[in-house]
Amino acid sequence: MDGYIIGTIIKAILVLAIISALAGFGTYLERKVLAFMQRRLGPMHVGPYGLLQLAADGIKLFTKEDFIPSGANRLIFMIAPIITAATAFIALAAVPLLPEFELFGVTVRPIVADLNIGILFVLGMMAAGLYGPLLAGMAQKNKWGLLGAARTAIQFLSYEVVTGLSILAPIMIVGSLSLIDFNNYQSEGIGSWLIWQQPVAFILFLIAGYAETNRTPFDLLEHEAEIVAGYATEYSGMRWGMFFIGEYANMITIGFLASIVFLGGFNSWGFIPGGLAIILKVSFFFFLMLWVRASWPHIRPDQLMWLCWKVLMPLAVINVTLTGLWMMV
Amino acid sequence: METFAFYFFAVSITALFAVTVWSKNILYAMTSLAAGMVLISGLFFILGADFLGVVQLIVYVGAVMALYSFAMMFFDATGEIKEKHSHPGLVFLLGGLSAVVMVVIFAAPVIGASAPSFYPPVEGATNPQAVGLVLFTKYLVPFEVAAVMLLVAMIAGIILAGKKMDTSITEVTDDIGDTNERI
Repeated sequence: MDGYIIGTIIKAILVLAIISALAGFGTYLERKVLAFMQRRLGPMHVGPYGLLQLAADGIKLFTKEDFIPSGANRLIFMIAPIITAATAFIALAAVPLLPEFELFGVTVRPIVADLNIGILFVLGMMAAGLYGPLLAGMAQKNKWGLLGAARTAIQFLSYEVVTGLSILAPIMIVGSLSLIDFNNYQSEGIGSWLIWQQPVAFILFLIAGYAETNRTPFDLLEHEAEIVAGYATEYSGMRWGMFFIGEYANMITIGFLASIVFLGGFNSWGFIPGGLAIILKVSFFFFLMLWVRASWPHIRPDQLMWLCWKVLMPLAVINVTLTGLWMMV
Repeated sequence: METFAFYFFAVSITALFAVTVWSKNILYAMTSLAAGMVLISGLFFILGADFLGVVQLIVYVGAVMALYSFAMMFFDATGEIKEKHSHPGLVFLLGGLSAVVMVVIFAAPVIGASAPSFYPPVEGATNPQAVGLVLFTKYLVPFEVAAVMLLVAMIAGIILAGKKMDTSITEVTDDIGDTNERI
């Protein structure tokens, strides 16, 4: 029992450290990839290929003045970024990150909490993460912030139904809510990946996932061309940094979810061992998010709502119905 | 460990909901209500009802609170609210009475130490399966009635709200112009 508690604590700390470091590295990757897609070089001056830009940004974020506007609700203003960052990491607790492996004779299961309802927990926790932008926008007494908060609520009401319904069809096929069961279901090579049985659900889940992580076609919350920086307008320094760490951690979580549910998870893939396979898949989804950002323009909030409720939701319902019929026959 | 967790959650939930009731700042009220809802799911997790805990998270923290916060957009969230108490005595009496009745209803079987479980959990069923078994056998009729009621409410909501839903918002002409012409 003691070993279990200590192991869980170690795993939690490791996940927190590695994912927040990756989130920071993600900002560098994003700038580099966007730059190459736009035929620029991106950060080049600090260190080789601009790699130390990450450290420079970190120093800037940590040493910047922590500014709280005078009209703002101080307590809520200070709590809001913590909600975003904390929920993003709590959601990761139920995601199996790598296959089991042996370390010093002990079998390590790289999942912090193996819940038998893992996938619902992850989605619920990520939904709770929206309180960060919502409260931040309302607490700062800034009109742009308030608009950002209103858009948060609209965005949430748009995509949530699509996320749930799109993931429902794979859940019906696998018959379990545990992410590990999803992984084991697809253990017989590429042919058993759920994406071949559920291509529609895969695409719907990706679209809803982009809305969930505020990635570009749907980053209405801080749409800098329209509402300055939305909910983050009055934030600076580390509080602003926490919003970003939360957003990048959420991107990684969506990458893991999509890989585990639809793309065979951490089963070994031909000659590639399972651990490397899932890292490659998550990296691909991360790259895809940057690619989409470089390729597509923003859309308006009403277009997002129209898309989600009039196109994606009927598609998802039809998909669930067809899956049910197919399973009964 | 479990006892400690229970008292921790119980005290925090009560404190947070007390803030919700007594605070004059609407932003504090909403935040503490949401935080209390999150912590209630903690109680479900202690009881081993993982599925219900997550449902509590998704339904109350996600959906219901999102609607509340949507309504919050009409208020000045940073200022204090002037509350209007028209019949404080009556509210106190009715609220207190219903609270006492609820406590008695839920505490009676515990005190009598005779709380028979009419539908004991099925052996070997996982959490969602156990909920599904009870919901689709014993409680099928209430479940379906609730579903029909929600459907009716949804259709009513759409009819009330969606008068111009078949045209894009950008193409809706200004109503104000029309009424001026009529005047």
